[in-house]
Amino acid sequence: MPYSLPSFLVVSSLLFCLGMYTVLTRRNAIGILMGIELVVNGAGLNFVAFSRFLEPSQTTNLLSGQIFTLFIIAVAAAEVAVALAIVLSLYSRMKTIDVEEFKELRG
Amino acid sequence: MKDIIFNVFILLTVIPCFWVALSSNIVHAAFSLLITLFGIAGLYVLLGADFIGVIQVIVYIGGILVLIIFGVMMTQRGKLLPLSIQLPGKVFGAVLTGVILAALLLVATRSLWPVAVVLGEPQPTSAAIGDLLLGKYLIPFEIASVLLLAALVGAVLIVRRSVRGE
Repeated sequence: MPYSLPSFLVVSSLLFCLGMYTVLTRRNAIGILMGIELVVNGAGLNFVAFSRFLEPSQTTNLLSGQIFTLFIIAVAAAEVAVALAIVLSLYSRMKTIDVEEFKELRG
Repeated sequence: MKDIIFNVFILLTVIPCFWVALSSNIVHAAFSLLITLFGIAGLYVLLGADFIGVIQVIVYIGGILVLIIFGVMMTQRGKLLPLSIQLPGKVFGAVLTGVILAALLLVATRSLWPVAVVLGEPQPTSAAIGDLLLGKYLIPFEIASVLLLAALVGAVLIVRRSVRGE
């Protein structure tokens, strides 16, 4: 693929969709977390690609996209820490991380 | 030459990604995720985002992935569970994902993006990002730090309560 904006968009679309498929089809809670990581990374790659290739206007700075990606990485770090704490807590309570077994909140 | 390196990083990003989604072994999936994250760091560097690339390696590979692998190690005692759902649900997920992927690819390749005619040479970004974080984006930066602190305290609290409750 040539070094151009659509190539990066195709790569990040693939990352997003594979992540979504992972989230939809995994039964293992940590497998689902990995899918979420893929989705988040696809979004971050999109931001940086746009900040590199789009024509900068007076109102937007060239680095805005990179700043957004930094915040995305920070939020993803926080999210993984809390999610793994919940998974470990569930594991010590239910002795499994199979999400099909977690039915207590089902209406 | 640049195109070759670019395509190598694309392959390094996308191929292990399929393994993350389709592998039946959670450890293989975790290590494929490592290669994918490394490939994305390479793509960031090729986009002229040197600082983000290094942060990607430090935070994702050095932090998040280690956490995930720890999680895998601590929860894989006893019999191995099936990693994915059964076939009808899988087909549903594949169809839904395929539709969204088709739409995204259509938008990505057919749209007329206002692309810059001449790409500037990549400049070092660390100093400019530092200026922006402590200037224009000061409030979001502080909120992000409070969020990280809250997540840290919350994670400790959740795990501690469950251990004490045993």
